[in-house]
Amino acid sequence: MRYSGFKVFTEGLFGNKGWTPAWRDAAPKAEYDAVIIGGGGHGLSTAYYLAKNHGLRNIAVLEKGYLGGGNVGRNTTIVRANYFLPGNSEFYSHSLKLWEKLEGELNYNVMHSQRGQVVLFHSDGQRDAAVRRANAIVNQGDDAEILDVPTLKQLYPFLDYNQTRFPIYGGMNQRRAGTARHDAVAWGYARGADQLGVDLIQNCEVTGIDIEGGKVVGVQTTRGAIKAKKVGMVAAGRSGQVAAMAGMRLPVESHIMQAYVTEGLKPCIDSVISFGMGHFYISQSDKGGLVFGGDIDFYASYAARGNLPMLEHVMEAGMTLMPMIGRAKVLRTWGGIMDMTPDGSPIIDKTHIDGLFVDAGWNYGGFKAIPASGWCMAHLMATGQPHEVAAKFRLDRFRTGHLIDEEGTGSQHNLH
Amino acid sequence: MRLTCPLCGPRDRREFYYYGAEDYLHRPAPDAPIEAWDDHLHLRTNLAGVIKDLWYHEGGCASWLLVTRNTITHEVLSVERVADRKGASA
Ligand SMILES: Cc1cc2nc3c(=O)[nH]c(=O)nc-3n(C[C@H](O)[C@H](O)[C@H](O)COP(=O)(O)OP(=O)(O)OC[C@H]3O[C@@H](n4cnc5c(N)ncnc54)[C@H](O)[C@@H]3O)c2cc1C
Ligand SMILES: [Zn+2]
Repeated sequence: MRYSGFKVFTEGLFGNKGWTPAWRDAAPKAEYDAVIIGGGGHGLSTAYYLAKNHGLRNIAVLEKGYLGGGNVGRNTTIVRANYFLPGNSEFYSHSLKLWEKLEGELNYNVMHSQRGQVVLFHSDGQRDAAVRRANAIVNQGDDAEILDVPTLKQLYPFLDYNQTRFPIYGGMNQRRAGTARHDAVAWGYARGADQLGVDLIQNCEVTGIDIEGGKVVGVQTTRGAIKAKKVGMVAAGRSGQVAAMAGMRLPVESHIMQAYVTEGLKPCIDSVISFGMGHFYISQSDKGGLVFGGDIDFYASYAARGNLPMLEHVMEAGMTLMPMIGRAKVLRTWGGIMDMTPDGSPIIDKTHIDGLFVDAGWNYGGFKAIPASGWCMAHLMATGQPHEVAAKFRLDRFRTGHLIDEEGTGSQHNLH
Repeated sequence: MRLTCPLCGPRDRREFYYYGAEDYLHRPAPDAPIEAWDDHLHLRTNLAGVIKDLWYHEGGCASWLLVTRNTITHEVLSVERVADRKGASA
């Protein structure tokens, strides 16, 4: 079924009886050409582009829970392309371009809103770094501009500009950055993949990866054994466990990251604002809730809930930056499991096992990457060659010393 | 979350700096192959369940601590000083 304004109108006239499920509830077949482990944003987009760009039809996505129940439905939805280092720069640039066409591509409203993101700076050193980054972004072909304080004051009169500790010196703005509806991205790719014949199999946990003579031949699941010529491990926070089934240790440590949302308020913050001191960023959802977050909790964890010290820190940072939010009531907090790498950048690569591929290490920035990650992972799985915009996301780059440490914080999993 | 430091007693999580998995204790010889260093610094078993990892009592006695805890429940099972472990070297 194609969605359209006309369809919404006619369904409204006739009691909304004509809507059908957005995808089939597929049962596993005995064999597939390609199996994707993990039905998050990256797994679904990989399956979609395998079918769409490379003509594969016999594909399954195996999801242990329900589609979109992982990080793809738990994140704070910032979509941007303001990376600095080669490797990241071209990749996120490609992703943002795919975002800009995504709704038409999928015939699905993912509520992508290019409301802009401003990253504030609070010292001369931070200003120099921001100008340098902005130049790199412009050179990549994306947009960035430096906003001075009078301009910022017009746009965001509610920021506390003259606090003694972290006075605001200006901000780096990217107008094409913004937010999207996270679940809708999963649902849109799921529906698109389903329409291209991909089997989306939920409640199907992969419990083993079958390897014969150095080649992958299939997977064991809670719904039986499934043969596969190619297998993609796309399990985000659970990547470590999935890779262990193939006898591998990944350069990944799983950490918890929290997010917070307030009660619904009248529109008051119309873009994404990031604090340059202390980790704090905020936007307002279409329902009116202020959605904000900060750093990971800093210790390895698989609990989908966090601890109070980080919550306290984030609230303090928010109050420092914009005291007006102090009256808003926080409705909910939650956590997601982050696949942290030692340089903060992701991995899209083959493994030493023939036919086994890995897409992991998205840290806390993998939502914006969903379109390009699927695009590049599909390219890799179909052709055996890395896509040019993801060519630096190698699995062995830590051993060879080709780290992509965007924040320059050093080779430790929790520092990014 | 609290850790019970063997020297200082039960203390708030805020007093501690987290370093990472116990792999950091198994330092290869300087001339070990690059794979051994990769294993030591980057590759992780990353278990969901009971693990051991390294914390530093920054806001207390400045001991390095080896903590046994559950990454699913956040339950802390034991805390020992790295320096007190058998065979520990300086
Ligand atoms: C609080 C928070 C805020 C964030 N904010 C942002 C942001 O603003 N911008 C941004 O770009 N990114 C953000 N992120 C990061 C982003 O959400 C993740 O990097 C991204 O969603 C991870 O990829 P995914 O969608 O494929 O993961 P997931 O949705 O977690 O998908 C992985 C799937 O694999 C499944 N799985 C695992 N093991 C198995 C198995 N054995 N068998 C079958 N299935 C399995 C899981 O059930 C899960 O559904 C944030 C994350 C969090 C938690
Ligand atoms: Zn102590």
